[in-house]
Amino acid sequence: MELINIEGTPKTPTVTMNPTSGVIEIKGRSIPENSIEFYKPIVDWLEEYNQGPAAKTVVNVQLEYFNTSSSKCILDVFKKLENLKKNQKDVIINWYYEEDDEDMLEAGEDYESIIKVPFKMIQIVD
Amino acid sequence: MSFFLNDCYDRMNQGEVIVAYKGAISAEVISNTLSLIESKLEEASEQTGVKKKLYNVLVESLQNLFHHVDAINGMGGSESNFGAFVLSKKDQVFRISTGNFIRTDKSIILKEKIDKINSLSKEELKDFYKFVLNNQSFSAKGGGGLGLIDIARKTGNKLDYKFYHYNTEFDFFNLNVFINEKE
Repeated sequence: MELINIEGTPKTPTVTMNPTSGVIEIKGRSIPENSIEFYKPIVDWLEEYNQGPAAKTVVNVQLEYFNTSSSKCILDVFKKLENLKKNQKDVIINWYYEEDDEDMLEAGEDYESIIKVPFKMIQIVD
Repeated sequence: MSFFLNDCYDRMNQGEVIVAYKGAISAEVISNTLSLIESKLEEASEQTGVKKKLYNVLVESLQNLFHHVDAINGMGGSESNFGAFVLSKKDQVFRISTGNFIRTDKSIILKEKIDKINSLSKEELKDFYKFVLNNQSFSAKGGGGLGLIDIARKTGNKLDYKFYHYNTEFDFFNLNVFINEKE
């Protein structure tokens, strides 16, 4: 399987996905007008990854901003991770938020209540 | 037409104006405005939490506008996808005012949606957001139907709106979003 390495832009996040280490990172901002196009390869990759995942999958999400169009796509990404969990694989989502960003913490908690995967809320302190 | 638009626009222009625009709404106009405001905000003295919230709500408001400008039949050029927005500040409250034409049949649905959002408590809004997030599919325009709910949640204020009657087919929809400077 291929390693994914998408460089961030002012509207889209940096995404790295490593099938060997099982480490997935989504970092930066996600505010494209239409996010389906951006997230499709990521969701497709996870679909394939689910066929032969690493022993442990660690997902680090560190977003500065994301719009509601992205929020649906991020949910789709998390649903793929839920499948891993269903197949008895070890998976954790680390949700990073800045100290003064309650909205981002709440967004993480929303996902945590919908998705049956362990979440860890991590506060970034400057 | 232009008298009507100027009148609507004048009503949107209130307080200390930070950015104001009227004209064709394109992805480029929205992107350029967002980066302009972002650099303006970097210099502003507000707390980072407030700046972030303001920027986030602005992204949602302008993208909402972008997704919903209805082209008016028989109107060529820039007015065919006309929209307007004003970011201003008055008495420690930021105001994002957006305006666009909307088909009268859609006005009724939109009005019902906003009234519903405005009737919900903080907890109910959270549940409503999660319900739509998890159950509603994307529209053809790429919107998830979450924009207004998200704005109401993040600002903690009621959505203020007006529909100005334009003709039998179209209304001009004006949405006003308020963000408190102090959390």
